[in-house]
Amino acid sequence: MNPAAPAIRRALTTPPAPASPFPHNPGSLLSVLDLPVEGVSRLLVRATELEHEDPIVRDRILAKRRIALLFYESSTRTRTSFELASKALGADTTLVSNLSSSIEKGESLKDTGLTLRALGAEAIILRHNSSGAAWLLEEVTRLPVVNAGDGMHEHPTQALLDLRTIMTHLRPGVAGVGLETLAGVTVMIVGDILHSRVARSNMLLLPRVGARVLLCGPKELLPEQAARSGPGIEIERNFEAALKQSQAVMMLRIQAERLAGLQLDLEEYKASYQLTGQRLAALAPEAVVLHPGPIIRGMEITAGVADGVQSAILEQVTNGLAIRMAVMERALTTETGARANKPSPARRLKGGRA
Amino acid sequence: MTALAICGGRLIDPAAGVDEQKDLLLIDGRVAEIAAAGKLKPTNGTQVLDATGMVVAPGLIDIHVHLREPGQAYKETIATGTAAAAAGGFTSVAAMPNTTPVNDSPEVTRWMQSPERGAHVRVFPIAAATRGSKGETLNDFAALRSAGAVAVTDDGRPILKDGMMRETLAAAARVGLTVIQHAEDTRMTQGASMNLGPVSFKLGLRGMPTEAETSIVERDVRLVAELKDARPHLHVAHLSTAAALAAVRQARRNGLRVTCEVTPHHFLLTDEHVGLYNTHAKMNPPLRSAADREAMIEGILDGVVDAIATDHAPHAMHEKEVEFELAPNGIIGLETALGLSVRWLHREWRMPLGRVLSLLSAQPAALLGLRGRGTLTVGSYADVVVFDPKVDWTYRATESQSKAKNTPFDGWQMQGKVRWTVSEGKIAYASA
Repeated sequence: MNPAAPAIRRALTTPPAPASPFPHNPGSLLSVLDLPVEGVSRLLVRATELEHEDPIVRDRILAKRRIALLFYESSTRTRTSFELASKALGADTTLVSNLSSSIEKGESLKDTGLTLRALGAEAIILRHNSSGAAWLLEEVTRLPVVNAGDGMHEHPTQALLDLRTIMTHLRPGVAGVGLETLAGVTVMIVGDILHSRVARSNMLLLPRVGARVLLCGPKELLPEQAARSGPGIEIERNFEAALKQSQAVMMLRIQAERLAGLQLDLEEYKASYQLTGQRLAALAPEAVVLHPGPIIRGMEITAGVADGVQSAILEQVTNGLAIRMAVMERALTTETGARANKPSPARRLKGGRA
Repeated sequence: MTALAICGGRLIDPAAGVDEQKDLLLIDGRVAEIAAAGKLKPTNGTQVLDATGMVVAPGLIDIHVHLREPGQAYKETIATGTAAAAAGGFTSVAAMPNTTPVNDSPEVTRWMQSPERGAHVRVFPIAAATRGSKGETLNDFAALRSAGAVAVTDDGRPILKDGMMRETLAAAARVGLTVIQHAEDTRMTQGASMNLGPVSFKLGLRGMPTEAETSIVERDVRLVAELKDARPHLHVAHLSTAAALAAVRQARRNGLRVTCEVTPHHFLLTDEHVGLYNTHAKMNPPLRSAADREAMIEGILDGVVDAIATDHAPHAMHEKEVEFELAPNGIIGLETALGLSVRWLHREWRMPLGRVLSLLSAQPAALLGLRGRGTLTVGSYADVVVFDPKVDWTYRATESQSKAKNTPFDGWQMQGKVRWTVSEGKIAYASA
């Protein structure tokens, strides 16, 4: 062996990471990155149109189409919102939950997906506690899969409904979005960024329509590498300094179920990061306050702020319904997506990984 | 008497410093004669292999494979795993003890080497260091050694307690066995499924910090230094971080017997290759950052890395077709190690072919004290690989001899195609 470690003498050519084959189905929405900005804009416009559409006309858009909701985690707003949105378009929905299905008996995600497809499901809405689960389901079923939250990874419809809420307040009357629509707007996301799929989807979506995303939280919940997830993302650990710069404030819940042994002093957390009426009035009296829910009153946000005039928390929920109508319409009516829904028997048999 | 002659090839035997046209005569499992090109006069009944245009080298030696027997034959068997080894040019493989039951006894060690297993190449068992690999009670190393074990390790369940690791090193040194450590402080990697960094953050996966590997390597090196007079030999399995490599480098400068191996996937791939949750890019240690990967290449080129090992880890298809966090660790590697090493180390990074082959045969043999292997001098075992170094080919996982197909290298370009693998004088593999 040569004791001196010489630097590598030449630039190394190395094999590149392979290109992503996802999404296989153009109706799928796995990540906010699956949507070009025009696609985001189309969904926002369509959400508004569908919201105002005659319910009888709307009911025919997905009449009798079969949509399965596959939920491996408990959920109130996301599940109900997807279900009502699908039904508002005339679709038949069925809910499969991990607690009352063969999943409890050990059936794999792949087999559950294939079973739902064999039962005639034309699209699957998946909520799962494992990051990346939606990609696996799409790979094996090739159906339009809508990611309703995968582990700590993404929650794309939440980011879309957050964008719609921010637009309503900061760009009233503007229907669609472009690259610069939110130029000059700072959206701060506060709290448990590490475990938050809402934060990840928002930080990947908002900068693409011009916003600056400011992440705020303690080191344990906000690692430095978060800022390297994409362009337009910065970290400001001082809550008050961040608040002062923000036009939209997104508060996150401490996810006790994902902390996995992490020790966190909750009193200290509240002292540093709780959104109180006082802080809001002093530092961001015009800002819109968002929270993906469920909120823990008195923890990350005071009851007064949650119910106050700057809060858009319940608007977010309503916006979710409109956004999810648009997303489900896209899932089942995207041109090639419609073809992929009805595979020939031969194609049906293939499946599996390439 | 069985006799085999390999004529017309370029003999590369790094241990003997040979790289020239030579003919080889193998009789009864041993090298009988090495003759100048065209000078060999095979007697009647000698089978002659025409190696014109090919490289003839000592059979490759992989000191880190999982053959899954006993107990997990649905993943791989000793027969199928060694068939894959033969197809990849390997004539010796050292099998890890994380079987069911754990190989912590002379009985299992002997069972694995029994002719009834149908091995195509030589299997050298590596036994568990502690009973059941639980890190509590030391096994009888002398008995394991007489049964054929070539090293001890608790592999995937690394020895974390300092006292137990010290005892292991001391006891192994007394009987002349190598201690292999899978360096991972598992207290830092709970629930983690890939390398910790920007990629794991982006994918929402819990990450394994490089310190989990580095801290154990540094701790082990410290223990080897404390026990210096006993001359313990520590071998770091599948090293993957720049800092751990630096610790090995420093230990060697200090005159300690510390060696290490690097896998092809750790010198070729980074955590970016996880892509969108490709479970065929999930292994432990995980694929690391580009900086760590470059350090592995540097370590191989400058000689601090002693061996290329595959960590061949077969799993059934259904086990890998699950959520990323739930998928088992590991990929197969026996049939791609030579093709990737020649393609990248030799062709792209200009490492002389003899040095590449040394990392795949002479050095691993020396490391585990496999006498008469890893070289082709008269009297040594007739373990030979004959391959065409010029042929570019595409690896197809579906064509693998292994039961398993879990590999990130499916569809990759390889260079150097095995024509024959000869294990102790018998043709173990011949390409179509």
